[in-house]
Amino acid sequence: MSASRTSAGSRQVAASVLHTALLVLAAIVFAYPLLFMFAAGFKPGDAIFTELGSPTALIPDARWSLDNYRAVFEKGSIGAYLLNSGLIALVGVVGGIFINSAVAFALAKLEWRGRGLVLSLVIAILIVPFEVLAIPLLLIVSKLPWFDVASGSLTTGWLDTLHVQIVPFLANAFCVFLFYQFFKDVPDELVEAGRMDGAGALTIYFRLVMPVCKPVIVTAAIILFLGMWNQYLWPVMTVHTSGARPVMVGLQQYFGRTTQWGEIMAYASLITLPVLLFFLLFQKHFIRSVVGAGIKG
Amino acid sequence: MASDASKFGHARWSEVAAMVGPALLLFAGFVLLPFLMSVAFSFTNIKLLQPEPLEWAGLDNYTRMFALKVIEAPSAASEVEQQIPSRQWRQLKRAQPASFEGYQYLARISIGDASFLIGARDPQFLRSVANTFLFALLVVPMQSALALAMALWVNRKFRGRVLLRTVFFSPVVTSMVVVAALWGLVLHTDVGLANQVLRSLFGAGTTQPDWLGDPHIAMLSIAIMSAWQGAGFQMLIFLSGLQSISMEQYEAADVMGANRWQKFIYITLPGLRNTLVFVLVSTTIMAFGLFTQVDVLTGGGPRDATSTIIFHAVRVGFREQDIAYGSAMTLVFFVFVLLLSLAQKKLTAKVGS
Amino acid sequence: MKPVLLLVLSLTVAIASAAPIDIKIWRHETDDKEMKASAATVERFNRKQSAWRIVTETLPQGSYQQAVVAAAMTSKLPCVLDLDQPTVPNFAWAGHIQPLEGPLRPAGVDALIPGGRSTYKRKLYAVGQFDVALALFARKSVLARHGVRLATLAQPYTADEFRDILRRLKRAGYAYPLDLNMQLSGEWLAYGFSPWLQSAGTDLIDRKSFTVVDGVLNSDAAVAVVDYFRSLFEERLASRKPADDQSFPSGRAAFHYTGSWSATLYRQKFGDDLVALPPPAFGARPRIGAGSWQWAVASTCPHTQGARMFLEHLITPQEIAAFADATGLMPTSQAAADATTLFREGAFGRAFFEFAREFAVLRPETPGYPTISSAFERALKEAREGVDSAEALDRAVEAVQQDLRRNRNYGF
Repeated sequence: MSASRTSAGSRQVAASVLHTALLVLAAIVFAYPLLFMFAAGFKPGDAIFTELGSPTALIPDARWSLDNYRAVFEKGSIGAYLLNSGLIALVGVVGGIFINSAVAFALAKLEWRGRGLVLSLVIAILIVPFEVLAIPLLLIVSKLPWFDVASGSLTTGWLDTLHVQIVPFLANAFCVFLFYQFFKDVPDELVEAGRMDGAGALTIYFRLVMPVCKPVIVTAAIILFLGMWNQYLWPVMTVHTSGARPVMVGLQQYFGRTTQWGEIMAYASLITLPVLLFFLLFQKHFIRSVVGAGIKG
Repeated sequence: MASDASKFGHARWSEVAAMVGPALLLFAGFVLLPFLMSVAFSFTNIKLLQPEPLEWAGLDNYTRMFALKVIEAPSAASEVEQQIPSRQWRQLKRAQPASFEGYQYLARISIGDASFLIGARDPQFLRSVANTFLFALLVVPMQSALALAMALWVNRKFRGRVLLRTVFFSPVVTSMVVVAALWGLVLHTDVGLANQVLRSLFGAGTTQPDWLGDPHIAMLSIAIMSAWQGAGFQMLIFLSGLQSISMEQYEAADVMGANRWQKFIYITLPGLRNTLVFVLVSTTIMAFGLFTQVDVLTGGGPRDATSTIIFHAVRVGFREQDIAYGSAMTLVFFVFVLLLSLAQKKLTAKVGS
Repeated sequence: MKPVLLLVLSLTVAIASAAPIDIKIWRHETDDKEMKASAATVERFNRKQSAWRIVTETLPQGSYQQAVVAAAMTSKLPCVLDLDQPTVPNFAWAGHIQPLEGPLRPAGVDALIPGGRSTYKRKLYAVGQFDVALALFARKSVLARHGVRLATLAQPYTADEFRDILRRLKRAGYAYPLDLNMQLSGEWLAYGFSPWLQSAGTDLIDRKSFTVVDGVLNSDAAVAVVDYFRSLFEERLASRKPADDQSFPSGRAAFHYTGSWSATLYRQKFGDDLVALPPPAFGARPRIGAGSWQWAVASTCPHTQGARMFLEHLITPQEIAAFADATGLMPTSQAAADATTLFREGAFGRAFFEFAREFAVLRPETPGYPTISSAFERALKEAREGVDSAEALDRAVEAVQQDLRRNRNYGF
């Protein structure tokens, strides 16, 4: 008895040691390039490449300093760019969640003429990469009217604004599809019950979406956020003034005649870190809510 | 009424309009309309910055994409020519300029004793098609399997799992420009980390792969980097799918004495079926649309080994300013991937049931 | 009397308080010194007259070209913008910038060196305050240690001589004795190496017609130049893909073939030990490129007189000299050069000015240049990877010919 218990026990210890080792290895493989980026933000530009391969590249030493960060802030504007990207992402996420989940709900749970057509449309749109549409879209947005609430007037063209970076991307086929798959898995009994009570589709949508779909909402929020945050080609084409410029375009400032790697790494760290921290915090909420909302039969 | 009871039944139009309207309007204006414009462009000779009048070009752009010319290879005049088939092509072209107009050397194939030279009007496009296929074939299984493994791992309870999840996800939130630059450093033939690790493991004399400069492995390098960057994203989707599988099923399986593997096969996989289809289809679609990584890391090289369809379309349309031809290419791409996705969906549905 | 006085008074007041009209300009963003110098020049212009006020918008260089093209497509270009010189004919042909002729021609243009002007179909379209010269940077002490002679303006290295020098240095221990900036992509390849073609007696395209490229870009002389280029990598005299641009400053390379923009930094590091040699000659004499960022006026600009005044201000000897002194970039007129500390007679930078005067050749001024540049770039990259030179150049010729056909020879 005791022999089997100790062998079982030691097997468990071995398993957990192996597990921890794998954990550390996986973490290194995935995190190394980013850790390198963070570390490089503190190094003088020309030192970054020369110590690429050395294992001590990540270890702080005498040459580490805040010079790169100081240079980034002196150049100014990173605060403004962060604000722009933040606003774009916020409006994009909130608007996107509602717009996309609504249509997905109608596709998954309601019956109406033309439903199949719209579904095929969404799937077809999924295939079209943005680069295909970029040029015609540019021509379109340069002629669209916009009602400027502040001055109360109608203006032509959406260039050099924040909304040109948001509105064309609110309807996101990938998100619609994501919500659609999820809604399909939600038992119809809930919808039935709501209908029995005489509730309209919208009421059911709100009552259904809110409590049960938190994991999908969070996933969709992350997808939308990343889409908005990482935009590069489109802002380059549509936003020329620094007033509405987002962070990714700002990064290009450092790729001039001589690439300033130190500043690039510092800038990149500054824009990646908040997103990661946000994700870290957001995750805990995500897990708690799922555990609490286990689908009851 | 029985069939009706399982669904909401016919919904009121006002409700449907309210829910579907906004998205549909946005799709119509910002996706469909530009797409149709693009289709229209493909039948003209429109340029990006154009002083010349617009002309109808019919199917010219399409024939240009796929035009092939196959010639039986003449017996080589010299050793050199045997080795450089493109030189043979050039001789033929010099001899008969009119019939070879616009055709460049693409490949040489030998069937039995006969060998043939193939020329095309846009060999870069055809190479891009082959590369895109290769990439999709490499990256879809790699990235999906990796994402699934990560999701399964991270879904269990252990210390540090939140941190691990963040680490897995961190490549996704980093700017592509920075990611590409970092990987460029890691994969550098001389001082890069990858080769340094190889050197320390296998000795200093081993051949060091030229990750981004060797036409044979450049695509593989891009696939690995893409899998690394995208797996965290797919992991999230798998996670939300995993968490919608009810705990009761697992508890019941425990009661019945099932082991881990059995639980995986009989509960997890079926429960993930929709998610799996979704991930496979969307990863394939995104793989076919590969552009940014190639643009930043290799610029299509070496020798067009990493040029993909969309990369070539952007290069032609935006850089060489031939919007009409670029649009034609993207239209062909679209039709092709649409058919492929439909086929894939049917296939996975059949396999799953 | 009184009403007239009142009228005159009110008119004067009205004129004096008339706000200056805003003129928007775009410039690409680059390093701090250049940005500050640009801002100072604008400030001086705004202060010295009150009719016009220049408002500058800076755009990141990495995406500048795309931003300008997108703006041109939607007719949203500013009044004045800076463009990389070789792209000027393309914009001119497309009608997005207007010729600086007649009432629009800035005074003082004739004093500029060829690298400070851009023309298309014999009309002036852009002017520049600075230019860049290509040079071979080295250190006297290093060359002396290995018994290498110093090339001079009268006696530059021949291509073969230079390769032998590199071989000698490699035997002496240098892993890659020459740095050719191979980590750079894009225009550097055409800019840095098409002068080698011109030195060898051939060119990227025939400049009399701008329509003949077969027999020019793939001539025997051109094939020989590309063979030479390839041999530098095959013999490992230059690195195919350097990790960074620090090979020369860190001592890993003995020669750095690059633009004069590096001069100030290298001077700071090496002081008098630094020497800027003319590039190797492939024929009778060496050639270097010319034409850097220059200023043009958009066709949609409503304030052409103001634009002209601004351009005139930019190319006065005082402004050019001030810019050159602040940035270390080469001035575009003799008068300006003489007025600077870095480029006057006897100063270190004078060498660049001399190179430019003796050897500079502008890149072909045709709207088809972007295609020519990318075709040549591709050929060089292929040669660097070991592809047969004649094949690579033939492919480039093919690409340029197709482009010419599709664009009806660009009107030539």
